[in-house]
Amino acid sequence: MKVIVCIKQVPDPEHAKMDEKSGTVVREGVELMINPFDLYAVEEGLRLKEKMDGEVVVVSMGPPQAEKALREVIGMGVDQGILLTSREFAGADTWATSYTLAKACEKIGNYGLIICGKQAIDGDTAQVGPGIAAQLSIPQITFVRKIDEISEKNIKAERMVEGGYEVISSPLPLLITVVKEINEPRLPTLKGRLNAKKAEIAHWGPEDIGADKDKIGMNGSPTMVDEIYTPDLSKDGKIYTIDQLGEAAEEIVKKQKEMGLI
Amino acid sequence: MGIRVIKDKCTGCGICFKICQYSAIDITKEVHTLANGKKAKKLAIIDLEKCTLCGECVKPCPTDAIELKTKTHEFEGKENYKNVMVFAEQRRDELEGAAFELIGKGRELADKLGVDLYALLLGKDLKGKPEKLIASGADKVIVISDDSLVNFLPEPYTNILIDIIKKYKPSIFLAPSTTQGRALLSRAAGKIYTGLTADCTGLDVDSEGNLLQTRPAFGGSIKARILTPNMRPQMATVRPKVFKPLEEDTSRKGEIIEEKVSGELLKSTTKFEEWIEDTTSAISIEDADIIISGGRGLGCSDNFKILFELAEVLGGAVGASRPTVDEGWIPYSHQVGQTGKTVGPKLYIAVGISGAIQHLEGMRSSDFIVAINKDPDAPIFKVADVGIIGDLFEVIPELKEKLKRAING
Repeated sequence: MKVIVCIKQVPDPEHAKMDEKSGTVVREGVELMINPFDLYAVEEGLRLKEKMDGEVVVVSMGPPQAEKALREVIGMGVDQGILLTSREFAGADTWATSYTLAKACEKIGNYGLIICGKQAIDGDTAQVGPGIAAQLSIPQITFVRKIDEISEKNIKAERMVEGGYEVISSPLPLLITVVKEINEPRLPTLKGRLNAKKAEIAHWGPEDIGADKDKIGMNGSPTMVDEIYTPDLSKDGKIYTIDQLGEAAEEIVKKQKEMGLI
Repeated sequence: MGIRVIKDKCTGCGICFKICQYSAIDITKEVHTLANGKKAKKLAIIDLEKCTLCGECVKPCPTDAIELKTKTHEFEGKENYKNVMVFAEQRRDELEGAAFELIGKGRELADKLGVDLYALLLGKDLKGKPEKLIASGADKVIVISDDSLVNFLPEPYTNILIDIIKKYKPSIFLAPSTTQGRALLSRAAGKIYTGLTADCTGLDVDSEGNLLQTRPAFGGSIKARILTPNMRPQMATVRPKVFKPLEEDTSRKGEIIEEKVSGELLKSTTKFEEWIEDTTSAISIEDADIIISGGRGLGCSDNFKILFELAEVLGGAVGASRPTVDEGWIPYSHQVGQTGKTVGPKLYIAVGISGAIQHLEGMRSSDFIVAINKDPDAPIFKVADVGIIGDLFEVIPELKEKLKRAING
């Protein structure tokens, strides 16, 4: 079975520091990494490949530097990496991103499963996975924590929701988004790293995937960012020692009453 | 479309360089003349290969030297989209608190716009519920009842939603940013080609009827205001617990509209097999007003018991930092932070959590933060409203008693 995994390169929070005065997060000299949830998606793809004798194709949309992310997952055992890169893709919101990735999935074709991470840690929207499923008119199971059963034709999976888990079954092809609990991603192997170095990463632009240029990038995005600002997060919190617990408790209770929690 | 630096406005101050998340801006030495006749020694250069056109650098520029142009889409019949509609979310055929919060906020928006507030209610046994939604502020409740709608399934719910949108043409459509709301609206917005903004914590309208959607990014360290200027409806998911429901008023009048849908729309490829309740906690962290989270400082799995006891006293849920989940001390469903859940309760108590940036970004939008840690230098204290320095095993039992007494009397 062919599995397509969609990944995104995001700024690495390890390299962010908190500004002592303003309390805001400063990201200088940005390091990029693979969105952590996408690594679980890649790992799940690889496990299915091993179990069911198939292949894993990973797609990412981003600037040319996102090729690094694709080489990294090839090092883990992914068969093919495809980078959707073009100036015309830039500035895409979740709708235009879903459209573009769906067009790429269509071009790759013949897939049984598309796997995405539940959300990217920079935007936290969780919208692109279901957006791709909508574009392709295939079913979706979001927030999957476990695949109970899978064959070439069907899947049964558990999705993590508020207060519990829903068991959902479906015929393939379909799209799932996964949470961290589903597995533990492997590290790249030495052999994998060598493969990754040699691997050819295809670069596809709008023409290659037959995308309507009015639907990609900033032009194709229904939403626009009107303003971005850094809220003042500085706190002048009070620090208590263990001898002042009574006062601390009083302050907490006072606040609880204010917020209507008592 | 595109981004550029307007040379005769750029002083090379470097603010944009610091802001750019993608290292796409460089400051070069280049003497040039500004529009006001002054000379500048430095100039900002945007590397278009790296720039994602996110627009974050545009507003902070003190001299308005960065220009971001976008093409506008035409949308036929935009003026026919008028009302405000909210999704009255149910879980396993029970109305959710978030439905009433959305009606509260939706009422305010509808009043500002001078339009009607609709609620959309799908499920199996809906008796008495539309009346409750009207008493909470809805003008009209669209009711679709079918045995197959007892559990949320993306396809039939999306089909119905799109059908209703086509018929009633709301200008604004809101749903809670729950697992259900996000799955539903992403699929619907994908199908009908309109804008969707995730997890809004602020909503307002301007004089032109635009929905001003404010949402946190990077765990709240940045806030963005998002518009859907041309497409309709303007869709948003809204963070639960942010907006308040109105007082129920049974004298409020409203209309209940029963809609029939064809069997075709109710078809689902996916099948709901089973519901498994998470029994580790009485309240899930997404639903809680109060979260008490434990970190590595707890030392072992058994010690989470102390937090569950405190949670019971306060009526809260128990959260956890990543290391405790990775160690297997507590199930993943409790994890707060970047690879777990992003939460924003009214009260967040961090116990034995040092405060790695990945954790902070998952809880900083909480209204009031209490941190308990024996290390006075722990970063968690920087985001705390109340910090208690001390051994948690001494602090928690005593604090629990003190809180218990204060709450009871």
